[in-house]
Amino acid sequence: MAHDQSYKDRKFEVVGNRFKRPDGVEKVTGKARYGADTFAPGQLVGRILRSPHAHAKIKKINTAKAEKLPGVKAIITSKDLPDLTNGDIGLQNILENCMARGRALYDGHAVAAVAAVDEQTARKALKLIEVEYKVLPHVTDVDEAMKPDAPLLHDWIFTSGVDPKPTKPSNIAGRTEMGNGDVEAGFKDADVIVEKSFKTGQTHQGYIEPHACLASVNPDGSAELWVTTQGHFSFRNTCAALLGLDFAALKTTSSEIGGGFGGKTHVWGEPVALALSRKANRPVKLVMNRDEVFRATGPTSSTSIDVKIGAKKNGTITAASAELRYQGGAFPGPWAMLGCMTGFACYDIKNMKAVGWDVVVNRPKSTAYRAPSAPMAAFAIESTMDMVAKEIGMDSVDFRLKNVAREGTRAPYGPIYGPIGIEPTLEAVRDHPHMKAKLKKNQARGVACGFWFNIGGQTCTDLNIGTDGTVNLTVGTVDVGGARASLAMIAAEELGVPYDRVRVNIGDSASLGHNDTTEGSRGTFSSGMATIFAARDAIDVMKERAAKMWDIPVEDIVWENGVARATGKKHGNLPTLSLKEIAAKSHNTGGPIAGHNEITADGAGNGFASHICDVEVDPETGAARVVRYTVVQDAGKAIHLDYVEGQFQGAAAQGIGWALNEEYIYGEDGRLQNAGFLDYRIPVCSDLPFIDTKILEIPNPNHPYGIRGVGETSIVPPLAAVSNAIANAVGVRMTQVPMSPQRVLAALDDLDNAS
Amino acid sequence: MTDSTLVSTTINGDSIEFACPNDETLLDALRNRVGLTGVKEGCGTGDCGACSVTLDGRLVCSCLVLGVEASGREVGTVEGLTTNGELHPLQEKFIEHAALQCGVCTPGFLVAAKALLDKNPDPSETEIRYALAGNLCRCTGYDKIVRAVQATAKDMRKAKKKKG
Repeated sequence: MAHDQSYKDRKFEVVGNRFKRPDGVEKVTGKARYGADTFAPGQLVGRILRSPHAHAKIKKINTAKAEKLPGVKAIITSKDLPDLTNGDIGLQNILENCMARGRALYDGHAVAAVAAVDEQTARKALKLIEVEYKVLPHVTDVDEAMKPDAPLLHDWIFTSGVDPKPTKPSNIAGRTEMGNGDVEAGFKDADVIVEKSFKTGQTHQGYIEPHACLASVNPDGSAELWVTTQGHFSFRNTCAALLGLDFAALKTTSSEIGGGFGGKTHVWGEPVALALSRKANRPVKLVMNRDEVFRATGPTSSTSIDVKIGAKKNGTITAASAELRYQGGAFPGPWAMLGCMTGFACYDIKNMKAVGWDVVVNRPKSTAYRAPSAPMAAFAIESTMDMVAKEIGMDSVDFRLKNVAREGTRAPYGPIYGPIGIEPTLEAVRDHPHMKAKLKKNQARGVACGFWFNIGGQTCTDLNIGTDGTVNLTVGTVDVGGARASLAMIAAEELGVPYDRVRVNIGDSASLGHNDTTEGSRGTFSSGMATIFAARDAIDVMKERAAKMWDIPVEDIVWENGVARATGKKHGNLPTLSLKEIAAKSHNTGGPIAGHNEITADGAGNGFASHICDVEVDPETGAARVVRYTVVQDAGKAIHLDYVEGQFQGAAAQGIGWALNEEYIYGEDGRLQNAGFLDYRIPVCSDLPFIDTKILEIPNPNHPYGIRGVGETSIVPPLAAVSNAIANAVGVRMTQVPMSPQRVLAALDDLDNAS
Repeated sequence: MTDSTLVSTTINGDSIEFACPNDETLLDALRNRVGLTGVKEGCGTGDCGACSVTLDGRLVCSCLVLGVEASGREVGTVEGLTTNGELHPLQEKFIEHAALQCGVCTPGFLVAAKALLDKNPDPSETEIRYALAGNLCRCTGYDKIVRAVQATAKDMRKAKKKKG
């Protein structure tokens, strides 16, 4: 049944409040089961052997000694994962990333795997596997990898997007260009031009729960996979394709997920666990340790970005350009393209050009990390925006407002914006008491903006009403951080029942139609929409049942506040029928009452945020500390206020970590030197202040409740907000994140030497 | 096969015996031999606090303690916070304040926060932040966690005063 997706202003009873999440008790008592928290009869322990080299030819793998170790039940190499991809280069890359095929492409690349009766035996077996490597020259830096004489990763990469097509392979996978107007002419019109180059370090999503799964393959080709994932349907499809299984035969269940942030959108160990189980004919549990998580999963790109912005003295930007170089690890990705699409998205710039270069290096395959690619572009561009404002002597918020994108502005990536929130967030920042708060010695304030697209996508949802009047809602997006609560609120709102009457279940891959991965801030937007429509279907059923119970035409019945009411003079004396009363009689009126919806949820509303950051810089050590922070973001419509605020706060904290501490450090040997939480330091409780939030609600016209995704946008501004604050505090413009104490101190020394 | 030791210990008030390989961590023993999977492994190197438990009342990372070291001692895990079906005030406040998103760090935070409040019923914000600095959370930015601990401390002080 087709439903009207468009926004209708209404008064909400349930939505927009703060309820206790339905899965709260399980999660505070330790009962909730995450990826590593389940067990199968006869299960084995799986472990993966990983390359210690950044780049090497694998000449020989000898597993004979390991196979003889008592308790070892299966050992696999790439030979046990034959290429069934039928030339699909995307799938081939995933396959090769899961298990090296003749070449190790980064430190941590899987080369073999073992399944054994216990952890101790599995570890011993790994040590007995003999791998003969021929070490090859490597490259881990994005700028180095682009040079003509750089060590080559793949002989099949010929730069796309350049004319004529290159005749030689290189590490440059693709060039992207987008823009509008005449940039050269625009720069000629400028009174002031600022040009600057920036670099950002590679960061990891840093979810606290390592990747974990329990795989079981039967000799008849049926299989089960329990896994911590953001998308059990796409995991099912990918694993089935790589293993040669039918989609329907591989029942995939998403466990509770201990953080994802984009890092659990793609498979790593899961096909390996399935292949081990197939070979051993027993269930195999494969849990990564933290070292493996850092070396072989996640991270986002490190980048190198040049920005040029020209403006009139009155603050109008006449032209802006950027060249963005993103490394995608050992396999090509869309990362620089996303940087091009997002970088200037907050502004209405007549003459704009962005050129992106996607580059491969000997590092783990990059994966989405919360608003992927946008924070780096925003760091470079929002830093330059502040420099231009300073040059022309204009307040940096006023300068942004002067050039701000509005409804009707063409986005850098093509479409015309509908109603968007960047201007209101900037106005809210300008008028916020935080902006007038006094600063102490060595403290200063910075502001920056951020954009993220948000997405919708394929969604399939079931709603079943029990004969006691309680409701089971089954969705196929995962609950990454409170989604069950938000979706229960939406179902309760539509049906007119109390919030605690609704229980939300995450359906496995065999119980619902395909659901796209929970990414792009789509969970509450898409499953919320499908829930509304499934509830409306169920209401239609209940109206029919009421018609039967009353023996009147269904056209004479309306649904209001959780009850069916007969309309018109003829039926005016009929009492209402509640959902509970109708459900109790359902066995006599046509059987179970259910609603269902499958939809490609188009029309995700863009997300915009503006942040205010106060830092204190210790001039002796160069250490910068965030002392006050405010997030202003447009949510479209906030369903559960706590969990919307929580997304803003968590995203800001990740951005602050990226700005100040976090970075992959590679040695000369191409090996990762800080693959642990001690040396890769994410923000701890004592590093941060309370993070204030302000939720704006500019309804998304393409959602019945006006919802926009809220999960990602607020990781975009912090890098520049922190940098702008540091620049205002100590007068140095940091051009590289993380802005670690040693980098700030070196910049302060340079400033001293120059003066 | 690694040598094993029969460990007799008290976990959440119950007497428990299990055979433990001598090189196995308390974390692995609790999860895989005793079935207490509320204790989480986030790093295995004592950096994230997801495996926080108490050993004779002292807060430790169970990944840095051997299973055999639990012999004759008292271990407290998140599973022991609930008494007679009643949630501990910290558990209540964590839910009420939305102090968890994904929830995987929550057991460790609860154990660490309880250890703090047992020692210091009236901690300042800074004291809370430093006491919980060994527990990593990647979802919340810690804001609502600190608020939940503050609210719990306040309520528990009030309740104690009332009890007198």
